[in-house]
Amino acid sequence: MDGAGTATLSAVALTRRFGKRVALSDVSFELARGELTAIIGPNGAGKTTLLSILAGALPPTDGEVRLSEPQRPRGRDPGRRGLPRGSVGWVPQQPALYSKLSVAENLRLFARLESLADPEAAVARMLEQTGLADRHGDQVGKLSGGNQQRVNIAIGLLSEPTVLLLDEPSSSLDPRQRARLWEFIAELAKLGTSVLYSTHDVHEAQQHADRVLALEDGRLVFAGSPAEMDWDY
Amino acid sequence: MLVLYPAVIGALIGFAVSNPTAKPKVAIYTGVPIGHSVVTLGGQKIDVSRYAQELYASITPIMTSSPAQAVADVRSGEALAALIIPSDTVKQIQSLIATGEGNPIVRVVLNDRNPLERDLVQQALQTRVNAVQTAISSQLLKTIAADLQLVLTGGKISFLGHSLDLLGLRNTRTIVQGAVTSLPAGSSLAPALGQVVRFANVAIDGLALAAPEITSVGTPLTIDQTELSGKTTPTASYAIAIAAVVLLMFVTLLLASGMLALERSENAYRRLIGLLRPSQLLAEKVVLATLCALVLTVAMSAILSAFVAIDWSRFGLWVLALGFGGLAFASLGVAVGALARDVSVASLLAFMISLPIAFIALVPATAVSGGLATALNVISFLFPFRAALQAVSNAFNGIAPGIGLPLLHLVGLTLVFAVLARAALTRFADR
Repeated sequence: MDGAGTATLSAVALTRRFGKRVALSDVSFELARGELTAIIGPNGAGKTTLLSILAGALPPTDGEVRLSEPQRPRGRDPGRRGLPRGSVGWVPQQPALYSKLSVAENLRLFARLESLADPEAAVARMLEQTGLADRHGDQVGKLSGGNQQRVNIAIGLLSEPTVLLLDEPSSSLDPRQRARLWEFIAELAKLGTSVLYSTHDVHEAQQHADRVLALEDGRLVFAGSPAEMDWDY
Repeated sequence: MLVLYPAVIGALIGFAVSNPTAKPKVAIYTGVPIGHSVVTLGGQKIDVSRYAQELYASITPIMTSSPAQAVADVRSGEALAALIIPSDTVKQIQSLIATGEGNPIVRVVLNDRNPLERDLVQQALQTRVNAVQTAISSQLLKTIAADLQLVLTGGKISFLGHSLDLLGLRNTRTIVQGAVTSLPAGSSLAPALGQVVRFANVAIDGLALAAPEITSVGTPLTIDQTELSGKTTPTASYAIAIAAVVLLMFVTLLLASGMLALERSENAYRRLIGLLRPSQLLAEKVVLATLCALVLTVAMSAILSAFVAIDWSRFGLWVLALGFGGLAFASLGVAVGALARDVSVASLLAFMISLPIAFIALVPATAVSGGLATALNVISFLFPFRAALQAVSNAFNGIAPGIGLPLLHLVGLTLVFAVLARAALTRFADR
């Protein structure tokens, strides 16, 4: 894996408060290029908040997110919330798609919003990569949960990001669809994309992560390899 | 909410309907000197000023010192109308009654801003002027009836300072019948015939006196009615303006609120705000909703203009007024959408807001009184309907003072609702 070990994203002392409630407290870590990282923790631990901040969808109360220069910059515009456009792909937990639009229309819309140089080429590439080429004209609302998640991920990958963030990507999928999803994600990591995903499933983190970050009450309580993790904790 | 909303709407309508109608403020100028308001009809005297007091009972009079001051009060909005009674009005009434010649004119100057208010004050004034007309007519009829009774039965009349005995038709008949029965030759016919001749002369004079009175019985007063700018909003084109603004309101509110809520219910909002600034997203929704509504509203106005005359040369101003109105409504719509988080809730909320703000803005200020009127005015000021209606109505008809102020008001509301929407997005997006 060319360039493995190079930090593509650094979270520095990230804190997020909602009123008096502290959702995330002083969380710091780095993501290496091509690394597959799992965030685990119970409900309310701050996983989604952390991913939202890293994606630029939510500003931190304190701290900052640093990104290395994207290797394949696609954006023309300055980044959102200070992040270079195209450097981070985000896949929310629930498919963030327009159910009345077709697969291709959804991809085309977000490709344009990403200001990609060639939106049509990006759409064609993602249809091919996600195996949805033959379903490109289907209305998203009529797809299965698994296929909706594939479109959801495809949108996150439109700009060929150096970092891909996934919020509980397998939660709504059946075992067969999960297997295909992890295959696909592992392939992305092999190609050099840093992947950070949240999950409730301990086995998933053990099997599909190079590194595990454990959050509890907004604090980072563990960061290391799955082998180092005390899974009974 | 489903119970509370109908209850509030019902209470609002019931309160507005049951509230005693406020007296419209009318600027009054009377040039008739005090003590010179008495009209003599035959032997009777009518004090016209007595009817003025009845008029004042149905309005709130603002006494002015000159016709110009009365008109100025209407122009400034202090009064909804002006009633100007020239100094020779009583003299003209007297002349009309006595000789059939005379033209008593009272001048009514109406505000031209709101046809509904104009109709209301016009109705109040017309009712009272009609009462004066009826009172004078009634007195005239009594006089005529007395004259005719005199002609019929005879009696004493006063004419040019002399008291005369009027024989009357019945007596004449008796005399003539007696004369006929006692016509043998040699009887003295001359005195009786002389009496008949005199009666005929007086009767002719009496009927001649009654004739001009009869001609003036119907409408002794002429009302000269004018509008301030010499031009007024026709009720028909005002109705089109209302229709246009109602359509504009529904389309923009439902579209803007629905579009924003859709982003959230489809879960696309979080992804979008990673790509766009929230304010940019809001602006796009506002502009798109406005453009869609503008096309629909202009099309509807164009179709309706086939039935009601609208000044097409002012098309640019139509678009401007409808555009600014649309922006304000759409801005309100995104504020609703930001609060709602769901398309169906946003649509329901938008619909629930639309009805009362249109209703409140359309209630004429003079239809309700006191605190309620003030409350309705404040609410109308805080929402775009009344300002949009004023701008669109003035744009359709070219009524002074134009559309500048309403447009400024709409710009202010657009900004306020946009800020509220932005704050709501921040508040709820973080959850």
